[in-house]
Amino acid sequence: MTKLTVTERQIGLLIALVVAAIGLAMAAAGRGELFGAQGFIVLFFALTLSGFIIAKWDAPLPDPSQFERYYDDPTKVGIVLTMLWAVIAMFVGVWVAALLAWPELTFDAEWASFGRLRPVHTSGVIFGFGGNALIATSLHVLQRTSRARLPDQISPWFVLIGYNLFCVVAASGYLMGITQSKEYAEPEWYADLWLVIVWVVYFLIYIRTLARRKEPHIYVANWYYMAFILVVAILHIVNNLAVPISFGSAKSYSAFSGVQDAMTQWWYGHNAVAFFLTAGFLGMMYYYLPKRAGRPIFSYPLSIISFWGITFMYMWAGSHHLHYTALPQWVQTLGMTFSVILLVPSWASAGNALATLNGAWHKVRDDATLRFMMVAAVFYGLSTFEGSFMAIRSVNSLSHYTDWTIGHVHGGALGWVAMITFGSIYALVPWMWKRETIYSPKLVEWHFWLALSGTIVYVFSMWNSGIIQGLMWRTYNENGTLAYSFIDSLVEMHPYYIARTFGGLLFLLGAIVGTYNVLMTIRQARLEQGAEAGSEADLPIGGRDGVIQPGE
Amino acid sequence: MADFHRKLERSAIAFMLAIVGVASIGGLVEIAPLFTIGETVETAPDMRVYTPLEVAGRNIYMREGCYACHSQMIRSLRDEVERYGPYSLAVESKYDHPMLWGSKRTGPDLARVGEKYSDAWQVAHLNNPRDVVPESVMPAYRWLLRNTLKTDDLGEHLAAMRTVGVPYTDEMIANAPADAFGQSAPDDASADGVAERYGEATNVRPFDGNPGQLTEMDALVAYLQILGGLTDAAKKTEQTALGE
Repeated sequence: MTKLTVTERQIGLLIALVVAAIGLAMAAAGRGELFGAQGFIVLFFALTLSGFIIAKWDAPLPDPSQFERYYDDPTKVGIVLTMLWAVIAMFVGVWVAALLAWPELTFDAEWASFGRLRPVHTSGVIFGFGGNALIATSLHVLQRTSRARLPDQISPWFVLIGYNLFCVVAASGYLMGITQSKEYAEPEWYADLWLVIVWVVYFLIYIRTLARRKEPHIYVANWYYMAFILVVAILHIVNNLAVPISFGSAKSYSAFSGVQDAMTQWWYGHNAVAFFLTAGFLGMMYYYLPKRAGRPIFSYPLSIISFWGITFMYMWAGSHHLHYTALPQWVQTLGMTFSVILLVPSWASAGNALATLNGAWHKVRDDATLRFMMVAAVFYGLSTFEGSFMAIRSVNSLSHYTDWTIGHVHGGALGWVAMITFGSIYALVPWMWKRETIYSPKLVEWHFWLALSGTIVYVFSMWNSGIIQGLMWRTYNENGTLAYSFIDSLVEMHPYYIARTFGGLLFLLGAIVGTYNVLMTIRQARLEQGAEAGSEADLPIGGRDGVIQPGE
Repeated sequence: MADFHRKLERSAIAFMLAIVGVASIGGLVEIAPLFTIGETVETAPDMRVYTPLEVAGRNIYMREGCYACHSQMIRSLRDEVERYGPYSLAVESKYDHPMLWGSKRTGPDLARVGEKYSDAWQVAHLNNPRDVVPESVMPAYRWLLRNTLKTDDLGEHLAAMRTVGVPYTDEMIANAPADAFGQSAPDDASADGVAERYGEATNVRPFDGNPGQLTEMDALVAYLQILGGLTDAAKKTEQTALGE
């Protein structure tokens, strides 16, 4: 707040009040219905924000010299939000995992049933944790690799806070029973529209900052962040086309039905994995891993091949979720083929990352932060191999509908997405708060081992349960009839569901340790703020006013 | 190639256009033809639309996240056909906006669960699954019997579905709340309209055992009991050859 000018404070307040008015209008239009309740949540969110801005209205005005530095405040808040969403979403994850082992472990309340909590877990991890991590790191990477300051100070806040409003509306909606039931795209039409607005502003920040860049080339990390922003926009808009029953109701009906809807949903679903959970995080990896290792990226041609390979081929792969279904076979075959070829660009990325560490392996041994990133690259390689394998029709006939898919997803989400995020955040936090190191490197070690053991326990239990399920469903006895009833297979799952809950719990504990570590680093920085150093090397070439430096 | 790319990565706009172009091809090739190639969806003249009560039940099915654990898509594999019935055809979910094929079977497939169990079994099972299946890990949906079904906006639901392509008539839309009530109250005057508008074969009975009161349980059971029953198309294909 102390870095916002008077005009910016006024614009900020105005936007908050406009959002509050939208919330009020929703509350009025949906009186007595769930839509109205969502309106009150928007209203409450926006009024809290307005109150915060007004409370800080008289904060000292910014020092003009700040416009010659990078603007990192949204990144800092984004990092804290990332860690908070991690704890919330992973806690709900452990809870729903426990419900499958002990179904009575809840209340006789609608909001507390498995079906409503599960999307809170999935959206909380993907959009709350993953999305905030991507926004926070992308704004940092964008400025450093362009050597340019963000174009203004309001739009990054609009993106960060507006995006979190989307997450809050989505999660509270699930608990109330609002969902359009599309996997990983559950939020209803009004939340989807809001996200489009936020996303356009996010895209404009990227374009405007790149236009001001002082580096002739756009660095590879930004290729991935751009692909993430652009393709997620396309996917989001097409997949969520729907007709609301009225503008006073949360309910809408999808524009597509049946087989076309299935293909559209998995085109979206698989590419949410590709462009949200892969491309964006590869952007993270391409910046923070070489920085932390102190080594340049191993190969430029490999970066090009893997980037365009991923951007082109992933979009064909979604139909491997629909093998042996009523989807025409030619589409299934295309999806399988591209899924298998996808292994090439995927392993090119993973190999590029690991080869970058050559000459820095002693650092991997000693530094848990870099080790997080190294293990993430390994899990990325393993998960993409597993993904290509599972996309083969005959393998998929066994693995589909089983816990094997859940194991695969968590190998990617825990082993790749979360590990690269934690590694990047541990690297970024001391830079952002101008500290020598994180509060406790020892706690980073603890977090690393909790996360790794949690992932392994989780993934192995789901592999076991998934393959047992798949085999039991297709086993015949000597009379030529099915050997097991469905419930027989469910009973066999019980020990694995307990093990999976335990693995998830370990991972959650790690996230809590990490959050504590980050918050303590911030606290320390606050306590010693008097002695603000301000590292001289970390400055943009052109400040807000675009002063051209000698030598440019 | 590297030289070309060095040029490309100096222009933000060109790079972004390249991303959009390259990324769009897959979806255009795989999705667009599904709307134009006629044989993608079979024709089934006997296919009927969901009644208002079934629509309400389907929305409860989505609201409670049932699709997260139950698929509605029987694959063309021998063991699935023997376990669940004839494999699913595209036409069977033609009116499903959105589709609920699912991706995970923590519980069994439900594509053909309609009329497999009695209404009373379904009610008891939904109220507390472990009363009828002791090993089950399904949540107990005790509030379904407690909650009165909201019917006043069902006409708007049907109208929105008509906008996206489901052939509801003006008459169906106008009578939606009455038809929802009538379908679970066979002795009420409003019951006649249901058979008239949706066909004689429509299930008209007190699904939750209490004809006087329309609960969310009525709607969900009505929906479950029609699963696999909108058309007989799947039973008329040459599926016996499968897996032999």
